[in-house]
Amino acid sequence: MAKTIVPIGPYHPLQEEPEFFSLMVEGERVVDIDVQIGYNHRGIEKISEMKNFDQSTFAVERICGICSTSHPFAYTRAVEDIIQAEVPLRAQYIRTIIAEGERVHSHLLWLGLAGHFLGYNTVFMWAWKLREEILDVMEILSGNRNNYAMFKPGGVRRDIKAEDIPVVLKKLDSIVPTLTMIKKAVMDDPVLQARTKNVGVLTKEKAIDYCALGPTARSSGIAIDVRKDSPYEAYDKVEWDMIVLKNGDVFDKVVLRILETFESIRILRQCLKNLPGGKIDMQITDIPPGEGIGTHEAPRGESFHYVLSDGTNRPARHKIRAPTFMNMPTYKATVVGETISDAAIILAAIDPCYCCTERMAVRDTKGKMLYNGEGLVKLSQEKTEKIREKLGRC
Amino acid sequence: MNLKQKALLKSLWVFHMSTGSCNNCDIEIIDCLTPRHDIERFGMVLVGSIKHADVLLVTGSVTRKCIPRIKRIYEQMPKPGFVVAMGECSLSRGMYINSYNCPLPLDKVIPVDVYVPGCPPRPEAMIAGIVKLIEKIKATSEGKK
Repeated sequence: MAKTIVPIGPYHPLQEEPEFFSLMVEGERVVDIDVQIGYNHRGIEKISEMKNFDQSTFAVERICGICSTSHPFAYTRAVEDIIQAEVPLRAQYIRTIIAEGERVHSHLLWLGLAGHFLGYNTVFMWAWKLREEILDVMEILSGNRNNYAMFKPGGVRRDIKAEDIPVVLKKLDSIVPTLTMIKKAVMDDPVLQARTKNVGVLTKEKAIDYCALGPTARSSGIAIDVRKDSPYEAYDKVEWDMIVLKNGDVFDKVVLRILETFESIRILRQCLKNLPGGKIDMQITDIPPGEGIGTHEAPRGESFHYVLSDGTNRPARHKIRAPTFMNMPTYKATVVGETISDAAIILAAIDPCYCCTERMAVRDTKGKMLYNGEGLVKLSQEKTEKIREKLGRC
Repeated sequence: MNLKQKALLKSLWVFHMSTGSCNNCDIEIIDCLTPRHDIERFGMVLVGSIKHADVLLVTGSVTRKCIPRIKRIYEQMPKPGFVVAMGECSLSRGMYINSYNCPLPLDKVIPVDVYVPGCPPRPEAMIAGIVKLIEKIKATSEGKK
């Protein structure tokens, strides 16, 4: 049978971000997939090198709106790795609270979108209504709904007030019954099960081959979580379980994220109840030459930052690896062989976040690097001029 | 006010286009549709094709790869159509002003009717922005009459 190419994107109602999939199909079956991204590339690594260490925290916050805690978290840990700083205990707890709050809102957001992709808009509305509650919690704690701006190298920027804690705990209590209801509704629903069970299976072997991370790997039976593997901040001071499931299909990915939301609420409760006193930040006078790495388990997997300092007040090199970069190649293992009607939910199942992932290097066909960072900036400035002339605007 | 304009005031259909945004504005837009804000009660729907839309809602700092695509989508939009720029990135490029991949702010690429500032704007701000757009349509149509 002849192959047909079904293009999805770049502006497609399937997802809010621009990305381009070409699905090669034979009849109903997908036989190959190609992903083209790059619509979101904004050059944040380079911008970060133009800013000083404190400002870069806000720059990396805007890599992705959903992981707006994960990137500053990993970045500040990388900077603290250079100076070998130990963050005050209260700051560690506050960081954990913000990171887990973000995980709850991110997983609920994904659950809603997954319901929407399956044509199950009730789940979409429920999950997003519930998500508003957690956004209220974040607004009480940090003053913002999405970009929290809580992190800085050496601590946090804003303290949690004692009078806010009972309000937040009450809000969390009010979330749990609705979440339990959603969990039951999703897990017992025959239609949802029919649509997601044994669909887009990522086997354990394939997950290891493709170096999958986060919920994508954990739903395939790989126990990998930075929070457990090398505990940091308050993650070894509170009780929580790593959720690992076996099948690796879309259903397991849904269930895993719902169960993780409960674990996050558990961590949040413990952290808020045992919040220690003391300072929330430490004085950092200068950052010596050296290099540091920082990791954080973002809602989508491990987020990794590398910072090179040359003794000035700016990072000399800042390298970011977002989890979607590792999870995206698993499409080759999951989508191929499925029907095209299931492609949408399988593509969404890794919780892709392209704005985290966009990166650029120009190489020729033999793999030789043609442009480095400076060359790219020069090239871009020239092209900007060309575009400006072409548009006839200044 | 002719029939077309009168119909426009009742239900604006919105096509959302992300041109290299960080997802925050996009998510706040979808948030407008969900129960707490529920913008659909004003007749506004997020549609899947620009050919069905009255409003082009643009988020994100306009990246190089997106510029030709924005222009093409703007050309395909049935007129009278309106453009709403949402978030600091599409207004002025925000923190990406020095980026090598964000050469122009949105209003240098296509004409923009309403600007909604914020990083990200709250859903209330977005609703207020759309209300301003409706007022603008009213004012221009009455002016013509």
